[in-house]
Amino acid sequence: MLEQLRKPWSDRRAELSLGAVSLIVAVVVVAMVVFVAIKAWPTLEHNGLSWLGPGGSLEGQISNAYSAPAPAPASAFHLRAWPLVFGTLVTTGVAVALGLVIAVLSSIFIVELAPARLRRIVIPVIRLLASVPSVIYGLIGILVLVPFVGSHLISPGEKNSLQNVVELTGASIGVAIVILTVMITPIMIALICEALISAPNSWREGAIALGVNPVRAMLAVTLKAIRGAIVAAAVLAGARALGEAIMISMVSGSRDFAPRIGDGVTFLFEPVRTLASAIVDYHEGVGAPALKSALYAFALLMLFSALVLSVGGYLIKLPLRRYQTRG
Amino acid sequence: MSSVWVDPARPGRDMKSGRGRRSSPREWRWSDRLALSLAWIAGIGLCLIAAAIVLYMGYQGIQYLRPSLLISHPQASTSQSGSGGFLDPLEGTALLTLIGIVLAAPLAVGSAIWISEYGRPGWLARIVESSIEVVAGTPDIVIALFGLVIFQLHLFAAFSFTASTGGVFGQSFIAAGAMMSLIAIPPLFAATRDGLQAIPAHMREAAFALGKTRIATIRRVLLPSVRSNIATGVTLGISRIIGDTAIVVLLLGGTLRIEPQGSVPVVGLLRGTGATLTSYVYDNSPAGESGAPQKAYAAAFLLMIFVLGLNLLVDRIGRSEADSTGLTVAGAVV
Repeated sequence: MLEQLRKPWSDRRAELSLGAVSLIVAVVVVAMVVFVAIKAWPTLEHNGLSWLGPGGSLEGQISNAYSAPAPAPASAFHLRAWPLVFGTLVTTGVAVALGLVIAVLSSIFIVELAPARLRRIVIPVIRLLASVPSVIYGLIGILVLVPFVGSHLISPGEKNSLQNVVELTGASIGVAIVILTVMITPIMIALICEALISAPNSWREGAIALGVNPVRAMLAVTLKAIRGAIVAAAVLAGARALGEAIMISMVSGSRDFAPRIGDGVTFLFEPVRTLASAIVDYHEGVGAPALKSALYAFALLMLFSALVLSVGGYLIKLPLRRYQTRG
Repeated sequence: MSSVWVDPARPGRDMKSGRGRRSSPREWRWSDRLALSLAWIAGIGLCLIAAAIVLYMGYQGIQYLRPSLLISHPQASTSQSGSGGFLDPLEGTALLTLIGIVLAAPLAVGSAIWISEYGRPGWLARIVESSIEVVAGTPDIVIALFGLVIFQLHLFAAFSFTASTGGVFGQSFIAAGAMMSLIAIPPLFAATRDGLQAIPAHMREAAFALGKTRIATIRRVLLPSVRSNIATGVTLGISRIIGDTAIVVLLLGGTLRIEPQGSVPVVGLLRGTGATLTSYVYDNSPAGESGAPQKAYAAAFLLMIFVLGLNLLVDRIGRSEADSTGLTVAGAVV
């Protein structure tokens, strides 16, 4: 067979076989959506759209699903995923918002302000932050930040005020958001920097010629010109934050609890669980049919959100594109 | 990297020549001064965070990493001193990376060539390209769950082991490696495609003029000149694979040691279960089952060294040709 490969190929044959190779990837993606959807169907069918809403104790529903006998009765599929959806929305949303501000500022720093010598340090540092595996972030979180928050930032009063609701150990939504922000900011910085570099320089120079200082020119002219890239960066980082499972599962307390915004600052110290971290936490129970279907439903929701994010990002970028005269 | 940064065609970007014309920040509006100082704080702050992470991991790693840990098998033990080393996770990482790259490289490079050199019919090319984008945006935990349902099919029972009750286990090196190849495909594909598209058309035309067919041009002219792009892509893929935890936790069985299934040497290994450095760190953190934080620090330090090494490698292979800031390669953040 190798001998045959070594002979010169005809163009037709090469095109067909390379096309077949490309098709494999497309088929795998379709299979992924289909299989996850099939496995998620029992839960979705049983709960309908109210699956997304609040209702009852999620912890109880999941242990019900886990301990149900083999042909699972309909009641085992009862699930209201709101605490997880809420946790995912809050952690992702806050981390992206925080990260976007930091990313825009540090991109300006890198492109415009930093002296060349400093820039040579900052760029590898950003790349390093982007490539640290999530399990290392999780390890630092669970061994350093969580104990610190638990013993120094949470007052006994706060612990007592919630003692009947949830135990505050330090593993919290606050720690998860902080680490998540550090994890996704480099992605945004990279994309925003690329755009800043390739933005039309003459606009900014025109502003400076009119007597505007360089920082204002950057903020008012160049940043506006690269709006599309900033949106794309936020969307990409959002997709990354949405799917972060291991780190969040390590630092966020692993409780099926939706942090209560009404609690004020204490909100930040309450445990949280996201869709992704729920899959990690419960993956050992995947043998139970009802729980399995619930986990695949979480996965389907994430897959769907990631798709919506990328399509949405593309659509938002379309009308903004005319401002971009990328060379 | 820096030589590309300062574009001679745009002297306005050059910090040194720009500085002389600037007004002093003291005369600026307060909001501009605030933005200026916040930008400095953000930039320096990120450096400090990175320095803190590296120094802390280095301190803990040097404290707990012993050469003996690298060559001894893990033991089930309740005490940290008795739990052995992480030889098996190291081998697991190596094996998984190998499987992932061996599966991903032909798929990614093949599709990149097809997209950039043939790409007919156009709608199919668009489908392939966007499906690779979908894979890039899919969380690894979803890919892991997908792997679980695929490899638990009776069709693929040969790739893992079957329980006495008839259920297919679905967890093995092959299962995890196949899913790892999915997360390695997007960077590898993008790096190759961008390399091919950067080759000027006259190279192809010259080859055609000499009577070469399209495929001969690809093999003799195009592929040799994108070799460094493919190498960059492979390195990026490797760093994705060794850093991934979710797929390993769900699909590699989470056994302490490498447990081959069956007696056939290589096949048994591939069907077997094991651990990697990432799952070892996860298991030994307080979140996992073993709970030996010192071992977790040591393994995490090793992982960090690997990641840093791969980062440097990407640099050496020639990031500077590809992008201007050195922050992205082929649109992927590294």
